[in-house]
Formats: sequence, C-alpha cells, structure tokens
Amino acid sequence: MADKPKVAFYWCASCGGCEETVVDLHEDILKVVELVDIALWPVALDFKLKDVKTWQPGEVTVAFINGAIRLSEQEEWVKLLREKCPLVVAFGSCAHLGGIPGLANDKTRREILANKYQRLPTVENPGGTVPQEKCRVDGYELELPGFWKQVKTLDQVIDVDYYLPGCPPPPNLVADAVTAILEGKLPPKGSVLAPEKSLCDACPRKDSKPERLSITEFKRVATSIPDTEECFLAQGYLCMGPATRSGCGERCIQGNMPCRGCFGPTPGSLDQGAKILSTICSVAEADTAEAAADYADTLADPLGTFYRFSLPASLLGGSRREKE
Amino acid sequence: MAEDQFEPKIVAFLCRWCSYTGADLAGTSRTEYPPNVIPIRVMCSGRVDPTFVMKALADGADGVLIAGCHPGDCHYQEGNYKTMRRYPMLLNLLDQFGIERERVRLEWISASEGDLFAAVVKELTETVRALGPLEWNATAPAAAVVESA
Amino acid sequence: MAKKITVNPITRLEGHGKIDIFLDDAGNVERAFFQVPELRGFETFSLGRPAEEMPRITPRICGVCPTAHHMAATKCLDDLWKVEPPRTARLLRELAYSAFMVEDHYIHFFFLGAPDFVVGPTAPPAERNILGVIAKVGMEIAGKVIRVRRENRQLMETMMGKVIHPVFGVPGGVSRGISEEERKQFLETAEFTIEFAQFALQLFDNVVLKDKEYLDIVLSDTYNHKTYYMGLVDENNKANFYAGQVRVVDPEGKQVAKFTPRDYRDYIAEHVEPWSYVTFPYLKKPGWKGFVDGAESGIYRVAPLARLNAADGMATPLAQEAYEKMYETLGGKPAHATLTFHWARLIEALYSAERMKELLEDPEITGDEIRTLPTETPSEGVGIVEAPRGTLIHNYWTDENGLLTKVNLIVATNHNAAPIAMSVEKAAKGLIKGGEVSEGLLNMVEMAFRAYDPCLACATHSLPGQMPIIITIYNPRHELLREIRRDG
Repeated sequence: MADKPKVAFYWCASCGGCEETVVDLHEDILKVVELVDIALWPVALDFKLKDVKTWQPGEVTVAFINGAIRLSEQEEWVKLLREKCPLVVAFGSCAHLGGIPGLANDKTRREILANKYQRLPTVENPGGTVPQEKCRVDGYELELPGFWKQVKTLDQVIDVDYYLPGCPPPPNLVADAVTAILEGKLPPKGSVLAPEKSLCDACPRKDSKPERLSITEFKRVATSIPDTEECFLAQGYLCMGPATRSGCGERCIQGNMPCRGCFGPTPGSLDQGAKILSTICSVAEADTAEAAADYADTLADPLGTFYRFSLPASLLGGSRREKE
Repeated sequence: MAEDQFEPKIVAFLCRWCSYTGADLAGTSRTEYPPNVIPIRVMCSGRVDPTFVMKALADGADGVLIAGCHPGDCHYQEGNYKTMRRYPMLLNLLDQFGIERERVRLEWISASEGDLFAAVVKELTETVRALGPLEWNATAPAAAVVESA
Repeated sequence: MAKKITVNPITRLEGHGKIDIFLDDAGNVERAFFQVPELRGFETFSLGRPAEEMPRITPRICGVCPTAHHMAATKCLDDLWKVEPPRTARLLRELAYSAFMVEDHYIHFFFLGAPDFVVGPTAPPAERNILGVIAKVGMEIAGKVIRVRRENRQLMETMMGKVIHPVFGVPGGVSRGISEEERKQFLETAEFTIEFAQFALQLFDNVVLKDKEYLDIVLSDTYNHKTYYMGLVDENNKANFYAGQVRVVDPEGKQVAKFTPRDYRDYIAEHVEPWSYVTFPYLKKPGWKGFVDGAESGIYRVAPLARLNAADGMATPLAQEAYEKMYETLGGKPAHATLTFHWARLIEALYSAERMKELLEDPEITGDEIRTLPTETPSEGVGIVEAPRGTLIHNYWTDENGLLTKVNLIVATNHNAAPIAMSVEKAAKGLIKGGEVSEGLLNMVEMAFRAYDPCLACATHSLPGQMPIIITIYNPRHELLREIRRDG
C-alpha cells in the first residue's frame, strides 16, 4: 500500500492569514488530512529544522511557502525546502509579489528604525536605544537576526514552480491546487494557479461598465458613498480590476469596496502598476495637457495604490532614497 | 575633460508616422544633435505603455523621451491623446519612486520638424547630464534594515 | 560564567519568538529573556498613504486577528474626520466584531491552548496538538468546533466582504448592510454559538477545574503575577470589546484611571530594550521600574483575564454567571493566575455570542442608514478596540487632504510584552533547578506565554518566521552538552 504523499507548509515574513485560509477549508481539511500527510506546519505541528534536513529528496512532494523574504533565516529555510521538494508553490501575495509588507521598499531603513524606537509619541527612550543584532545586557550576550535591505518575493530567492495568488488565496483555490498536484494535472511550470482573465471579466458589476468608460476625476470612499451595483471605475473610484487577475470570488466588490489588486497582474504583464496607470489614464476625460495634469492630481498616492501588493515584484522594485 | 563627462543614455520612443520621420529628417538634413539617444520606433505614441518607460529606467536608461504627432494629427485619431493623459500621472508616480520628473519627457514632433527633434534631444541630454546617472540597479531599493551599532 | 539555553523558536502561537535562559554555576536560572526578533514597519510604510486605506492595510499586521485592526482603524477614521456613524452602522460593526471575538478565541483555545490541557502538558509532543485533541475528544465534538468557526466566519465574510482582511469599514459607517434574510440566518448562528459557548465552559470545567493536578498548576505561584490590569468598559463599567473608555485597576482591583481613547498618551508610554524588537509599554504613573510586579511598577496586563479584572461584570446574563463563578473559585477579584486567561477567554466568547443575539434582535440592524459622510478637515484620530489579545490602539495624524503624516500603533500583545517576559522568566526559574533541563521544561515554560495567546506579529507589527523548537545547552567552553528536541 503506497504511503500518502507528504506536503509541507512554511511561513516567512507573513501575517498568518495564509495559515488561516487553509483552516478555512473547515470540514474539508479533515479530507485533506486523509489524503496527505502534513510533514511540516509550524503554526500547528511540532516538526522542525532537523526533521526537514533528514528528508530524502522527493520524500515530501510539495512545499507551500507563504510570506515575503527579508531575513537570512528565511532564506536558509526556503533554500532547504527547494532542495528537498520537487515542487515549490509560492502561496499568497507576499511570496508571489511581496505583498503589503513590500510597501516597506518605499521607505528607508533609517526612517523605520528612528520612527519606531525614537520619534513616535509614546516612546520614552532618552538614551536613543535601538534593538541590536548583538548586545550585552548585564553581562549576558543576546542576539537578534538582522534584516536584508529590501523585501523580496520568493522567486527572487529560489526557483518557484507555481504561484497561488491572493491575500490570502481563497480556500477553494487552495483545494484545487492540492487536487491538481495529487492528480498530476498541473499546467506548465511557472503558471499562476488561477484564471487568466482580469477581474473585470468575473465581476458581478461588469454589465454596468460602459462600452466607453470615461472618468473625469477620482473620488475617495472616505468622502463619498459608493453605489452598491455600479462598476467602481464608472463611478470614479480607483479599482484595480482591469489590471488584476480574477479567481478571488470578487469578495471585496461584494463588500461594496473596489479591488486593490491582491491577485497580482494578468498574464503577460510585467508590471501591475504600470498597467493600471495606462488603463485609468487612457479613459480620462481630458484633452489638454493641463486637464491631464489636473486629472492626475485627483489621485493621491499612485505608488501605494497601484503597487499595494506588488512593489517588490515591480520593474523598479521600490523607491530609491539612498545610494549605496 | 570631455572624456570623463557622464554621457546619458536616453531611450526615445518615436511614433512611426510623425516623430520617427522627423528624426529621419534631422538626420538627412545633417542637423547635429547629441548621440545619446537610442531610438525605438513604435506605430503610435499611444503604444508606449508606461511599462516600457519603467523597464527602460530599471534596465539602465538615464532618461526617456516619448515623441508623437501633435494633438489632432494622430494617424490613429486618438492614440496621442492617450499618451497625453498618461504622462502627468506617470510623472507623479516617478516622483514617489524618487526619479526626477525631468528625466522623462513627452514631446509632439511632426514629420517636418527635424530641427525640433534635434533641439529636444540636445536639451534633454543636457538636462539629464546635469541630473547625473540614474544607475537604478546599482542602488538597492532602500528598505527596512536594522543597523548594527 | 553563565550557561546559556536557547529555545528557538517557540511554537503554538502566532509569531516568532525565542527564549534565552542563563544558568548560574549551580544550574539554577539567573535570568531569562523573551526576545521577539521581527519588525516590518507598518507605522512608517503607511505614511503618505490616504488614511481611509488603513482599514485595508493594517489587517495585514495579522491574518488571525485582522478584524481587530480593521475595526480599530475604522474607528480611528471616525475620530480623524470627526464623524459619528449612524446607529445601524454601529450595530453592524459590533455584530461582525462579536462574531470575530468568538471564532478567534476558539481558534486559540482549541488549536493552540487546549492541547496542553486536553492531551496533557507533559504528553508526547507529537500528540500535543489539534490532531491529538480531536483524537481525545472525538469527531462529534471536533465537528462542533469546526461548525462554530465556519458559521461565524461565514457571517463575517457576508458582512465585511472578506473574513481574512475585511473591507467594509469606512469613516462614518460601513460600506454595506444586511438583509432580513441574512439577519435570520445569523440569528441561528448566534443561538448555536451560545449553546457551544456553554459547552466549551463545561469542557473546561470537566477537563481542567475538576482535575486536581491541572488546578494546582493553574493556581501555582509559578504562573502568578500581581500587576495592573487594563480593558475597555461601557458606561456601566461592564466589559465591552467594540467601544467605551479604557479602565485601569491596580493589583488590588481598585480603579486608578479611566480615560477616553484620545487621552491614551497621558497614561501609557513605551520602553525600549536593545535585546528585542518589541517595545514595552508601561503606565506613566507609577512609571517604568523594570520587569517587576507590584503596585510600584508600571507593568500592566491586557486580554481576557485583565479585561474581566478591570470591569465590574459582564453585560449579558450567562456570561455574568460564568464571571461570578470564576471569581468565586479563584477566591475573589482581581485574579492574578496567568493560566486563568484561558478560562476568562471562554467567558468572553460566551458574552460575545450573547451580544450577537442582542444585536440581531435589534430592529435597526437591518436599517438603511449605514453612513454619515465626513464634512470636517481631518487632522488627528484615535481608535481603540479590545482585540482578542488585548487593548488595540490606532492613532493617525494626517495633512488636510487626509494623507498620513504620522502613525502610532500599540497593538494588543505589545502591552503584554513585559508581562510575558516576566512570566517566562518566572516559570523558568521555578521549573529549572540544578541544571536539570527536561522535556517538561519546554512545555511548562511555554505554557507561561501561551496563556496570553500572544500574537507576536501584532506586537512588533512584524513578520513572524517560524521554526520548530530546539534547545541547546552549552558549557562555558562552548562545547555542546545536550540538545533537546520536540519530537517524542
């Protein structure tokens, strides 16, 4: 009788949401446990680094790795898992594109440290203490891991076979991916395990999107009330739909809020932010340079909005504030 | 000395109907202009996806020129209007990336404006020269790192 | 020269942590440090972004309690724009929030905390997890646990768009309401949840309180600290998780402070140590005196036990009954036994379930008025909720266009950072003697932090990176003496 195939889950710089989405399989997780053995899942089970090192190559079929990479410790782990497992799946926006923590590529390390440990109003730190990689306290030597200079996606560190997009990937996509792996019915290597069309194609509001979309200025949900049925772009709210892959179930749309692009770019797009910029400007109601400039100024924070989840994966990768 | 001077690399996306022809005219007229421009012919300035601009800057360009037909003269009617609408938003975005606006230029250059092409290239080259090399990949995206004492 | 034992990393919690224990020559614990080695920088990388995006950005601090951040951020936006949501919006927010408290508390109790009690603190590590719990309690109960979580999360998803990283919070209200049909369906969920909550308390009673060995552990001095306690209370000083004033009581249970969210900076400050990325909040009065107990030290605790200590009671009847029973068993208020956080957690879940029913029976819950539009120019706002793991504070400053210029977050487990460090050190000192480091150490020391249900991702607004536990023991010549691992 053949042993059950083994799977591993590992988390790098993540929030735990990708773990929760697996538990959101609810009753189905009991079925999953019948079909596979979980060889590694730090949040729930006690297997460790030493155990992983003893795995024979191929013994564990697939490693689902979530979270962005920014600690040398994480690099060690993902390289080890790459070595041991025939399949590595980048699970969730952070591993796929850098995710929300990737926005840190927009700020300098100095700002982050100084802000957190010195400038914020509740911090009482007259000595200017800052956490150290190595320090002595009352004679005791203590260590903390250091950080990299930038947040990286998983495929910027190791070779990745497949991507499961989303923040987090919805449980049904997770189940489909596991099934595809167990049945050996996978698309070509490097594929994103989600539909190829943009969100607009699946959107419940697509019928209200006009043939010729035209936007005069951008509105903010803070100071206006979105209609519950009309296409967000048609209403004047920035929605990442046209530049974002579908497959998420359009949950944000059903929550009456516009898409923020967590599923990442559609196939063939090198840069999600550049694509949405192109779309929303092409349809601007502006026929002079001045009108185009005014239009652009109605949208605050293009970088943080267009690259909310994908800054490390973008062509420019992050904003440049200090030369090396 | 001239040999040590920084020579900017400027990628120029030129529309086939107007600007590229205008550039040819500068050439056939033997109008002098700096050799810093790398021309790429596109069918319409509207073809210039912002992705191209970013890729150029990320891959070593110090500046980018986009040139198309004057508004109203686009061979495809509306193409250059799309470019016109994208441009200010792109500059706002590049601001946030820490890339000086002056590195990316949009100009309307018709097929008969060879002199204008040469003047634009000359002026843009000097502007970018003064800004210095971008060297995007030589500088890491500045991000959260703990500094050891 | 001190011998050093490193536990790295710890498990069955959210986040990345390590424990360094130093032994003296006699093999007794001299000092122990609970270090949190992560940082992401939310307070900095959100600068320049529009404030209304914070309810969608800050939940990514933690995917287990995203609703807490979503709600604190949303309330902060109300304060930022000086806008009061209509009553229906308030009811909707509190309804979704109550369902969240229920399911999050149960994820902790059954998946993370219960293994220590249902399977046993010294049981083989391979069994001491959720699968071991299911094997012990059986599929029928396991089915109920899964169901209560599934139904409450379904409610949350319907109301808030997404259950992991909600979207519906906006300044002055919410983006969508509920229909009468949804209300009826949710009412069934609330009723089932109340039933389950009582069952969970009964389970705790049978498995823990009626077991002398466990009860001794719970009441032992090893897991006991006399600190101040903090929690949100309503106008009757009853515990409320969605809104209210922050109340602080001293180790004797006397109120020493009660303040509105906007005034939090007058009462709380943060201390920095070089050996951990988490900061250590303390009460300005009496001030930072180090990692010590007592009324002279500014150390305070948050989260279930602290909330119940800080309040005068629970606002719903069944929870009130359970509250009274707990304090009677423990010999009065306030209770200082750290492991009773688990008990208080279950009482809070019962209250939240009862509260859900109350809200769903309010006729205005299906109302159409779900939004008041801001008219003021934004400048500064504070939003405070009680997250499952403690008081959660979001404080934003913006320019006149609502773009963030400064962000200060004090996130639930952050407040407990010093108490956790103290609890771990005290447990280590109480349990490790004469150089004997046993398997029991691993778990019993960990139980000291596990009771707080820490979320270290939250505490450092950081990225957890998890690895299994290894304890290595070196002699002063740095030769490896022993390595202890977690498998059986």
